[in-house]
Amino acid sequence: MRLTPEEVEHVALLARLRLTDEERARFTTQLNSILEHFEQLQQIDTSGVPPMSHAVPMSNVLRADEPAASLSPQEALQNAPGHARDCFQVPRVIE
Amino acid sequence: MSGDSKLCELTAHELSHLLGSGEVSAREALAAVYERIDEAEAGIHAYVLLTPEVAEAQAREIDERRARKEHLPPLAGVPLALKDIYCTKGIPTTCCSRILEGFVPPYDAHVVEQCRRNGLVLVGKTNMDEFAMGSSTENSAFGVTRNPWDLERVPGGSSGGSAAAMAGSEAIVAMGTDTGGSIRQPASFCGVVGLKPTYGRVSRYGVIAFASSLDQVGPITKDVRDSALMLNLLAGHDPRDSTSIDAPTPDYTAALIPDAKGLRIGLVTEFMEYQGRRVDAEVDEAVLAVIERFRQLGAECEEVSLPHLNYSIPVYYIIAPAEASSNLARYDGVQYGYRSPDDGGDIIDMYSRTRDEGFGAEVKRRIMLGTYALSAGYYDAYYLKATQVRTLIRRDFDRAFEQFDVLVGATSPTVAFRLGEKTDDPLAMYLSDVCTIPVNMGGLPGMSIPCGFSADGLPIGLQLVGKPLGEETLLRAAYAFEQSTDYHRRRAHPIAERNGRRTAVGRA
Repeated sequence: MRLTPEEVEHVALLARLRLTDEERARFTTQLNSILEHFEQLQQIDTSGVPPMSHAVPMSNVLRADEPAASLSPQEALQNAPGHARDCFQVPRVIE
Repeated sequence: MSGDSKLCELTAHELSHLLGSGEVSAREALAAVYERIDEAEAGIHAYVLLTPEVAEAQAREIDERRARKEHLPPLAGVPLALKDIYCTKGIPTTCCSRILEGFVPPYDAHVVEQCRRNGLVLVGKTNMDEFAMGSSTENSAFGVTRNPWDLERVPGGSSGGSAAAMAGSEAIVAMGTDTGGSIRQPASFCGVVGLKPTYGRVSRYGVIAFASSLDQVGPITKDVRDSALMLNLLAGHDPRDSTSIDAPTPDYTAALIPDAKGLRIGLVTEFMEYQGRRVDAEVDEAVLAVIERFRQLGAECEEVSLPHLNYSIPVYYIIAPAEASSNLARYDGVQYGYRSPDDGGDIIDMYSRTRDEGFGAEVKRRIMLGTYALSAGYYDAYYLKATQVRTLIRRDFDRAFEQFDVLVGATSPTVAFRLGEKTDDPLAMYLSDVCTIPVNMGGLPGMSIPCGFSADGLPIGLQLVGKPLGEETLLRAAYAFEQSTDYHRRRAHPIAERNGRRTAVGRA
């Protein structure tokens, strides 16, 4: 087994997911079976092969820096689970 | 027309003709669609939201403009089903996830703007796998969609609602999205036409992101002409999507010639056999018959091997989850959507509870997979390696296109499978996209069109793949084959009662 339940727990923490014990056990089994299938990639010689992160060779697409209309504060906040004084509201971040 | 009940079964170009001549009004067409929905939706569940008030206002406006003799775009008044992944201003958009329940976008996606501008009428938002992650539409937070050809079977996914809406005549045209086959595989399972344009051909502005280097939007329609008509209004440069390609947009309907003279068509070995496993016998037979038909239509056909396609499943299931784990970090209960009522008074706790309660199992699984593949110590072995093999896959395609104009093969190794058949085995589910995934890897345009039916009456799909921005040749090949068959004229009738239970009955 490549991934232990402890590693799964660590990955869940990185991903900001809170797993139940049942989920942790199930994901450990399933992720291991998926990762095992991935092992075959190691057979391929990729030395000197450039990585492809994108299908279209474009980079640094820029636009003119011109002021334009954007969402109003009301529109930006209309879907927020919590807001106050034109700000998004979250639990305390700094003590 | 033999009564309103048939109006819903028309293609967009057929309906457009009747609308233009004044034989049918946009309101009548819409009423026929809603009537079919009333009859069939309890069995199919293609939609997660119907928008009759919006639709009726749009249809009325089109009828009034036509009465004033205004010149209207070709698809004005045509009822449209939209996958619930497109942001619609003032209309809830959920991506079929609990985490976006209640979200009402303050703006329209580019595709939605284009559809509004062209007078299409929004029937509703269709069901999908949560965040487009799935191949059966069983991962929706709002229930499964059933295949109109057999209600015990899946419609495919992730755009299963849109494909089922087409097969069940619950709209005239539909829109889907395709990251690894999510337009083509459900189109194949539902016996309709799905087009994934070249990566960058259509703007994704306002489309909820899954894997940004692979996602592309496109139409699901009842025939190839409708596909070309939809691409005419979708394609083009949009500065709001920085991956949008600035290239001229032809009239795609001009490419629809009913012969294949001079076309060089390659049958891709790896679309018929993955790591030594052959596609199902009925699929195999149907696709091989297509090759014979193409020869009769004047094409030159040969088999071609693209060996690195044998690695597309691992490559895809590293790259797509890696990108998804980053894209889905935005769902944190702060700016929109769901927030756990139990925030523990701590922000990290609030994030984690919100995401655990808001995301479904497959989404969590992929976020975990992607986070792991990108994490320190594993990045080179997984993500970097996968992106290098992606280069090799694209090179295989480039080499094949030196020799061929269009590549073909199966869209999926099987016909539509039974509900629940693969839900406990993620890897088995992933393998149903084995033929479609490589096309997203290469950023190439791809289509699925019906090419036969199994002994059980289930549709079989043919996949066609074109060169980058080669949609015209792709559409020509698809059209030539389609016009030599009657598969595109068959409609499922999922409301008929047989042996006392709801079942699907095809009509040739």
